[in-house]
Amino acid sequence: MAGDQGLNNVVTTVREARQPSLTRRLSGVLHRHRRLRLALLLVAPMVVLVVVYLGALAVLLVSAFWTTDDFTGQVVREGTLDNFRQLVTSDVYRAVTFRTVGVAAAVTVICAVLAFPMALYMSKVASPRRRKLLVVAVLTPLWASYLVKAFAWRAMLSGDGVVNWALAPIGLEGPGFGLTATIIVLTYLWLPFMVLPVYAGLERLPDSLLEASSDLGAGAGRTVRSVVLPLAFPAVVAGAIFTFSLSLGDYIAVQIVGGKSQLLGNLIQGNAGAANNLPLAAALAAVPVLIMVVLLLGVRRTGALENL
Amino acid sequence: MRLSARARAGLAAVMVLGLAFVYVPLVVVLISSFNTDRTFGWPPSGLTFEWWSRAWDNPGARTALATSVKAGLGATAIALVLGTMASFAVARYRFFGRDAVSILIVLPIALPGIVTGIALSNAISTTLSPLGVSFGLFTVIVGHATFCVVVVYNNVLARLRRTGGSLEEASMDLGADVFATFRHVTFPAVRSALVAGGLLAFALSFDEIIVTTFTAGASVQTLPLWIFTNLARPNQAPVVNVVAALLVVLSVVPVWLAQRISSDPAGGRI
Amino acid sequence: MNSKVLVAVAAAAALVLSACGGGADDGGEDKATTAGDQGFTPPKLKALDKLGTPEGELNIVAWAGYVEDGSTDPAVDWVTPFEEETGCQVNVKTAPTSDDMVNLMKTGQYDVVSASGDASLRLIASGDVEPVNTDLITNYPDVFEALKMKPWNSVDGTAYGVPHGRGANLLMYRTDEVKPAPDSWDVVWDADSPYKGKITAYDSPIYIADAAVYLMATQPDLGIENPYALDDKQFQAAIDLLKTQNANIGEYWSDYTKEIQSFKNADSVVGTTWQIIVNLAQADKAPVDVVLPKEGSTGWSDTWMVATKSANKTCAYKWLDHIISPTANAQVSEWFGEAPSNAKACAETAVKNHCEIFHAEDEAYFDQIWYWTTPISQCIDGRTDVKCKDYGDWTTAWQEIKG
Repeated sequence: MAGDQGLNNVVTTVREARQPSLTRRLSGVLHRHRRLRLALLLVAPMVVLVVVYLGALAVLLVSAFWTTDDFTGQVVREGTLDNFRQLVTSDVYRAVTFRTVGVAAAVTVICAVLAFPMALYMSKVASPRRRKLLVVAVLTPLWASYLVKAFAWRAMLSGDGVVNWALAPIGLEGPGFGLTATIIVLTYLWLPFMVLPVYAGLERLPDSLLEASSDLGAGAGRTVRSVVLPLAFPAVVAGAIFTFSLSLGDYIAVQIVGGKSQLLGNLIQGNAGAANNLPLAAALAAVPVLIMVVLLLGVRRTGALENL
Repeated sequence: MRLSARARAGLAAVMVLGLAFVYVPLVVVLISSFNTDRTFGWPPSGLTFEWWSRAWDNPGARTALATSVKAGLGATAIALVLGTMASFAVARYRFFGRDAVSILIVLPIALPGIVTGIALSNAISTTLSPLGVSFGLFTVIVGHATFCVVVVYNNVLARLRRTGGSLEEASMDLGADVFATFRHVTFPAVRSALVAGGLLAFALSFDEIIVTTFTAGASVQTLPLWIFTNLARPNQAPVVNVVAALLVVLSVVPVWLAQRISSDPAGGRI
Repeated sequence: MNSKVLVAVAAAAALVLSACGGGADDGGEDKATTAGDQGFTPPKLKALDKLGTPEGELNIVAWAGYVEDGSTDPAVDWVTPFEEETGCQVNVKTAPTSDDMVNLMKTGQYDVVSASGDASLRLIASGDVEPVNTDLITNYPDVFEALKMKPWNSVDGTAYGVPHGRGANLLMYRTDEVKPAPDSWDVVWDADSPYKGKITAYDSPIYIADAAVYLMATQPDLGIENPYALDDKQFQAAIDLLKTQNANIGEYWSDYTKEIQSFKNADSVVGTTWQIIVNLAQADKAPVDVVLPKEGSTGWSDTWMVATKSANKTCAYKWLDHIISPTANAQVSEWFGEAPSNAKACAETAVKNHCEIFHAEDEAYFDQIWYWTTPISQCIDGRTDVKCKDYGDWTTAWQEIKG
C-alpha cells in the first residue's frame, strides 16, 4: 500500500541527517521560510499564465476598442466604442449569440442526460474489472481526430449516408445538415468530457451512504434522486462547464455539418481571418469570455471547480 | 447499491447504446478507409487497400505525426512542471488569492479555443515578432501548454488532497531535508497522478486544432493541421481516414497503460 | 503574495503598452492623402532591380489547383520541374477565398500570391505586395495584351504582378435532378425555386456581385452599370435578393472537395462553380454539367504578385516566369479549366482546342464577364455624384445575409 511504502522511504532518509551540507542548509532555509517556499512554487506558473495568457487576452480585448481601415486593412488605434455599438444594435450579432448559447445549452443538457446513466453504470453497477475496460472504452475515441469524426458525421448525415439508409425502412429521413446536425455532432464530440468528471464524482460516493439510504427504505429511484444526484451535482456542473465552453466557441463542426448556419465562433473567426477586422473579432470574442467568466464565478459556490 | 434487476438492465442498456453511439462513426471511418469511392458514399461501392498503401508511403503524414508528437511532449513537459508546482502551492498552503489561482489555471480551458487562439496569434504578431519570436513549433507548444496545465494541476491536486501532509511532516521530523522528503516521500505518492495527467495532457495537445491553427504559422504542420488540409484534397481524403483509423487502434495502448498505472480508477481528471 | 500579483499585473500592462506603441505591419511607409485613379495612393515601394542567386525556398499562397506537385494526381505536376531547375523548394498554402489570401499575406510569411482582383488592390494599398519589374520576366512579352496593365494588376502605369489566366464563374447542375437544362441564373435566384434546400453559392462577400449581375438583367431600372459599383439603393436590392436566396440555400461552399461531395451525394443540385470542380466531379462519375448563363457572370483574372517582405525574391521572380511559361501555363490552365495568359501556351495544351473552348483570344466573350475586383467608395463605373459601397460594407452585409 502507498502508506507503507512512504514510511519505509522516510526511515531511510534519517541517515542523511548527520552531515550538514549545502543542500541541507538550503533545505533549512526553505523549511523555515514558508512564504519563500510558496513564492518559489507559484512564481513560474503564475508568471507564465499571467504574462503569456492574461497578457495576450488583455491585448486582444484592448484591440476591441480600435477599428480597421476598410480598404487597406490596417488597424486604426483610436479608442472608440463602435464595435460594441455594432454588436448590440445589429440584429445579426444578437441572433447569432442567442443561437450559439442555445446550441451550447442543448449540447450540455443532452450530454448530461446521456452521461449520467452511463457513469452511474460504470461506477456502481459494473464489476471492478469491467469498470477499467469501460473507462478505456470511453477514453479511446478522444484520440481519433476531431476533424475525422466531424467529417465521418458529415458523410453519415448526407443525402446518401448511413443515417438516411438506416432510417429509410421505417420511412423517416435524417436531419440532413443544419443546427440539429450540429448539436448531434457536438454532443458526440464532447460526451467523454462529460462522462469522465461525472464518473470520477460518482466513484467517490461512498457505497455506505447508498446502503444507508436503502436500509432506510428508499427505492433505487428515490436514492438516486435524493442522495446520488445532489452529491454528484458538482461533478455534473464541472462536466457542463467543459461541454458548454467547447460548444460556445466551436466553428469547425458547424462548417462541416451545419449547412448554412453560422455560430458565434464563425463570426469571430471570419472577422479575425477572412474579413481582417480583428477589432470586431475581439469585440465578438469578448462575448463568450464574459459569459464563461460569469459562469465560472457562479459555479464556484457549487464546488464544481474542485471536480474539474 | 441495491438496484432492481430492471434498473440494472436499464442502465446497462443505456451504457450499450452510449458506447454504440460513440463507436459507430469510428467504424464508419474504418470502413470508409477501404472504400473505393473517394467521397465517402454509403454503402461503400467497393473495397480496396489502395488508401492504406498510400498512407504508408505518405511523407506528409509522417512529418506531421512527428511534429505532433514533439509538440505534445513539449507541452506536456511544461504542463507537468507548472501544474505540479501550482497544485502543491494550492494544496499545501493557505494564502490570499488561492481561489483566483484556481480560476486562472482553469481559464485557458474554460474559454473557447478560438479566443485563446486569436489572442495568442495577435500577441505574437504585434508584440513578440519585433523581439524575434516568430510562429513555429515553440509558439504551438506554448499555446498548448496554457490549457494542458489545468489537466495536470487537477490530477495532482486531487491526489495531494487525498494523501494529506502528515507523511511529509513525519519525514521531516525524522530529519530528512526538504529535497529528500520530496524525492522519497512526496514524489512516489503523486507519481501515478502525474502519469495520468501527463497522458491526458498529451492527448489534448495531440488532437488540438483551433489554437494550433492560429499559432502554427506557415512552416509547422501538426497532424490535425495535416488532416485539415488533406480532407480538402480529393485524392488525399481517404488517406486521412486511414490515419484516423490507425490512431484510434494504436491509442488503446497508452490509455490502457494509464489505467493500469494510476491507482485512481477514474484514470484522470480533465 | 500581493506583491507578486502587482509585478505580474505590471508585466501584463507593459505587454499591453508595448502593443499600443508597437507599429503595425508596415509602419513607416509613405501614405499620401491624395487619391489616385483607383481611389487610393499605394505606398512608394521599389521593384526588384535585378535577380540574384536563388534563395532555395519559396512560400506560395495560391488557389487550390494552381500549384500542383503531383500529390493530387501524379500526372499533374509543374512544381517539380521548377524545383529541379532553380533549386527553390516550394511550400504552398492553398486558400479558399480572396479574404483568406489577403490575411495570409499580412502575416509576412509568404513570398508569392496568386491574387484575384478582389484581393490585389487591397494588397497593393496596404503595401503587402510591391511592384514587379516585368523586364526581369522573360515570358512577359508573350502574355495577351488584353491582360496587361489592367486596373486590378497595375496602378498609375506601374505593374504589380503578372497575369495568370482568366476564367468565369459558371453554373453547375445535376443533369438528373435539374430539368430542363438551365441557361439562366434564375434557377438559383427564384424565390419559389423547385430546388429549395439544394442550392449552393460561393461563400464570400464577393458573391454580392453575382446578385448585381442578375439584377442588371432583370431590374435594369436600378441602373447598375458595374456590379462592383453599387450605391445605397442598388446595394440594398442586391442584399434583398441574397436574403431571399438564403432561404433556399442548402450550403455555401469555399472548399472545392466539399462542393464535389455535395454534388455527388445530391445534397446540392445547382449552384456556382469553377471548371476544375466540374472536371473532377465528372471524373468521379457524378452526373453534372455546366453552363455560362445568358445574363453573363462574374469571373476572375488572377495576378501573381511578390510580397514586399519576401526574403526569397529571386525564387519569386523565377516562379512568376515559370508559371507563365508556355508549358506550365498550358498545364495549369488545362487542369484548372481556364484561359491561359500566355499566347504561346495555346500550342502546348494537350487538348488541341483548349484555347478555343475557353475563349482565350475571344475578347467579346470576356466582355460578358465581370472580373472580381475590390469595391471601393469611389464608384468604379465613373459616377461622381454618389458614393458606392466599399468592401467593408460588403463584408458586414455578407454576415447579415448568412444570418
